[in-house]
Amino acid sequence: MILTNLPVGETAKVVTVNGNNAVTKRLMEMGVVPGVAVKVVKTAPFGDPIEIRLRGYSLAMRKSEAEAIEVSE
Amino acid sequence: MKTSVVVESRESKPASLSTEKSAIRTPKSQIVIALAGNPNAGKTTLFNALTGLKQKVANYPGVTVERKEGTWKSGEQTARLIDLPGLYSLDVTSIDEQIAHDVLTGKVVNLQKPDAVIAVVDATNIERNLYLVTQLLEYKIPVVIALTMVDLAEKQSLEIDTAKLSELLEVPVIAVKAGQKQGIAELSEKTFEAAQNHSIPPLPWLSEAEFLGSEDDIHLSLSDNAAANRMIFARYNFISDVYQETVKPLNTTERGVSEKIDTVLTHKFFGLVILIGVLLLVFQTIFSWAELPMSLLETGFGALSEFFKAQLPAGILADLITDGIIAGVGGVLVFLPQILLLFLFISILEDTGYMSRAAFLLDKLMSKFGLHGKAFLPLMSSFACAIPGIMATRTIENPRDRLATILIAPFMSCSARLPVYTLMIATFFAGETVLGFISLGAVLMLAMYSLGIVTAIIVAFILKRTLLKSPPPPFVMELPPYRLPNLRTVFQNMFMRAWLFIKRAGTTILAISIILWTLSYFPRTETELFIPPGDNASVEEIQKAKVDFQQSEQLRNSYAGKLGHIIEPFIAPLGFDWKIGIALISSFAAREVLVSTLSIIYNVGKDANEENDTLKEAIKDAKKPDGSAVWTPLTALTLMVFFVLAMQCMSTVAIVRRETNSWAWTLFMVGYMTALAYFAAFLTYQGGKLLGF
Repeated sequence: MILTNLPVGETAKVVTVNGNNAVTKRLMEMGVVPGVAVKVVKTAPFGDPIEIRLRGYSLAMRKSEAEAIEVSE
Repeated sequence: MKTSVVVESRESKPASLSTEKSAIRTPKSQIVIALAGNPNAGKTTLFNALTGLKQKVANYPGVTVERKEGTWKSGEQTARLIDLPGLYSLDVTSIDEQIAHDVLTGKVVNLQKPDAVIAVVDATNIERNLYLVTQLLEYKIPVVIALTMVDLAEKQSLEIDTAKLSELLEVPVIAVKAGQKQGIAELSEKTFEAAQNHSIPPLPWLSEAEFLGSEDDIHLSLSDNAAANRMIFARYNFISDVYQETVKPLNTTERGVSEKIDTVLTHKFFGLVILIGVLLLVFQTIFSWAELPMSLLETGFGALSEFFKAQLPAGILADLITDGIIAGVGGVLVFLPQILLLFLFISILEDTGYMSRAAFLLDKLMSKFGLHGKAFLPLMSSFACAIPGIMATRTIENPRDRLATILIAPFMSCSARLPVYTLMIATFFAGETVLGFISLGAVLMLAMYSLGIVTAIIVAFILKRTLLKSPPPPFVMELPPYRLPNLRTVFQNMFMRAWLFIKRAGTTILAISIILWTLSYFPRTETELFIPPGDNASVEEIQKAKVDFQQSEQLRNSYAGKLGHIIEPFIAPLGFDWKIGIALISSFAAREVLVSTLSIIYNVGKDANEENDTLKEAIKDAKKPDGSAVWTPLTALTLMVFFVLAMQCMSTVAIVRRETNSWAWTLFMVGYMTALAYFAAFLTYQGGKLLGF
C-alpha cells in the first residue's frame, strides 16, 4: 500500500522507499527506511502536505513525495 | 597581520613576542573543534555556553546558516570552536551540507581539519539525531556526543542509558544542560582529550555496506543512488539496535502536548484563521505598544535640539547640529521601539516552532506560485530586514527556487519601511476608523504589507514560468516540538538587532544627514522679500513673510534644490514635488533616510520659535508656490506604494550580489523593482485623482 492511502490516524510499517532520486534519499536520511513504523497524523489545510510521525518526531512532506513510500499494516 | 598579533597577545598574556611570531608561522598550533548537530537540537545554546559568543537560536530547521566561530577556553587549553550549520545529514545536497563537508575535510581556507567534533544530540529525538553522528564518525575525526534536552527527556519519562550509549558507539557521551552550564566541564575534558588522543572507533555499519568507494571522500563517492540508499539503511539499522539497548520510552507526554497544540494550530480551518490573526495581532501590537516610547523619544530629541540651540552661538555649527544631525539621526532613531517589537515577535515565532507550522499550512498555496514552503521563513524574516531573509534562503536546495526567493524577498515590507509608513499614516490618516472600531492606520498598514506580498507572489509566479523554470521542489521538513522560547536568547537577539540599527543610524544615516544638510545649506542665498510700500500688514506679519521667503529661496537655490528640480519632471506624474524628489533620491541609499531627509528639508533655516513643530505638522503645512498643499492623503498613499515596491537599499543590493554571485541578476532585480514601483505609484496617483481624491 502507498503511504498516501493510509488513513489519518493509522500506523503502518515502511516496506520500501521507491525511486532513486534526491527526494527518496532525503526521506531515508530523515529515518524513513524499511521496517520503521509511521503514523499519518494529518493533512494540511489545502490537502497537502501531510504530517507523519516516526521515530518520536513529526515530519511533513508533500503527497507527491509520500507516494514513493510503500507501507504494510 | 599586525592586528592579529595584538589580538593574540591579549589572549595569551604571559607569552612573549617571539612565541607569538612562531605561533603565526605554524598555524597547526591551535586545536580546532567543530560543533555539529541537527537543527533544533540546542546546538546554538551550547555554542553560546562554551564561547560566550552570542548568536541567534531558533526553533525552525536551518536558521543557523552562517559558519560561526568562537574561542573556547577551558582551563589552560584554548580551541577554535567552529559552529557548523544545523544539519540532518552530510550528503552534500544543500549549501549547508557542502559547507559542513568542507570544514570536516579541511577544505576551508585558513581552517585546518578539525581535531575533534562535538555532536549535539537531542535526547528527546535520539534516533534521527544519531544518523548525523554515524556520518560524522565516517570522517575519521574523533567524536564526542553532547546529549542535550535531557530535562525534557526526563519529563517525557525517556530513560537513556548514557553509559551504554557510550559503550556501543565507542565515543564519550556527556549529558549537558547548556542553559545551566551543567556538564560543560566534563564535556571540555573529554573533548580536549579526544582531540589529542585521536582514537577512531570501528564503524560496524560500514562492513554491512562494504561496496562503497574510497574512504577519505566517502560521501562524495556515492554517485550511485542505490548504493547511497543502502548505506543509509545500514546506518539506521545500526542506530535502531543501539536505540533499543539504550532508551526505554515510558510515555510521550511532551509530544502529546505538541500534538494537542497542533490539533488547533495546524487545523484545516482554524489553523489558517489563527495564522492571519497572529500576523494581524503582531502588527497591531507593534503600533499600539510603540506609541508611548516613540512620542517620548520625539520629545527627547526636541529637547536636545533646544538645548544645543540655547548653548551654541547661532551660526553654521548650531544649524548643523540641530537641523542636520539631530533632525536626521533623531528622526530615524524615533522608530527604534517599533523595530525592537518587530524583532521580538519574529524571534518568538521562530523559537516556539510556529514558523515551521506556518510553512506547513502555506506550502500548498506557495507551491502553486512556484515557491517552496521553506521560502516562508526567509520571506517572513524579510519583514524585519531583507538581509537576514536573503541569507536564510541558503536552506533552499534548488538554485532556481533559491534565486526566485531572493528576487522577491525585498518586496516584504522591512522594518526600514516602517518609519515611512508610520510617518505618512500618522500625518494623514491618524484617528480615523473603519467600521467604527478598526483604525484606518492599521488597515492601511496591512494593505501596504499585503501589496508587497501579492506583488511578490505574482512576480514569483511569472519568474518560475519563464526565466527560472524548474520542476516543483521537494518539501520534506521536520515539525519540531513546540518549546517555550528562551527569553534570554530572544531578548539578546532583539537587542543585537536594535544595536545594529542604532549603529546604522550612527554611521550611514549620520553621514547621509550631514551630506544632505550641506547640500541644502549651501550655497547661501541672501534675498529680501520686496514689500510694496503702503502694504498694511503688521510688523510681525511682514517679518514672518520675510523669513518664510528666505527659507524657501534658500532651499530652492541650494545644491539639493537644484537636484530636486532636475528630477521633478519625472516624478510630477506621481504627485511629488522637487522637495519630495530630494528625499526620494537620498532614500535610495536606505529607505528610512526619507524621514531624516524630510526632517532636514523642512527644518533648514527655520526660526527657533518654530522648532517645536513636529515633522508631521511641517509636512501638512508645506505649500506649493500657488498656495495649495504639497501633500494630500493621496500623495502620502502614492509615496507608500512607491516604497512598498522600490529597491531602495544599498545593503540589500550588496547582499544579493554576494548571494547570487551575479551582477546581472542583481541589476535585474533593482531595475524591475524600481520600474514596478514607478508604474504602481503612477497608477495610484492618477487613478486616485480620477476618482476625485
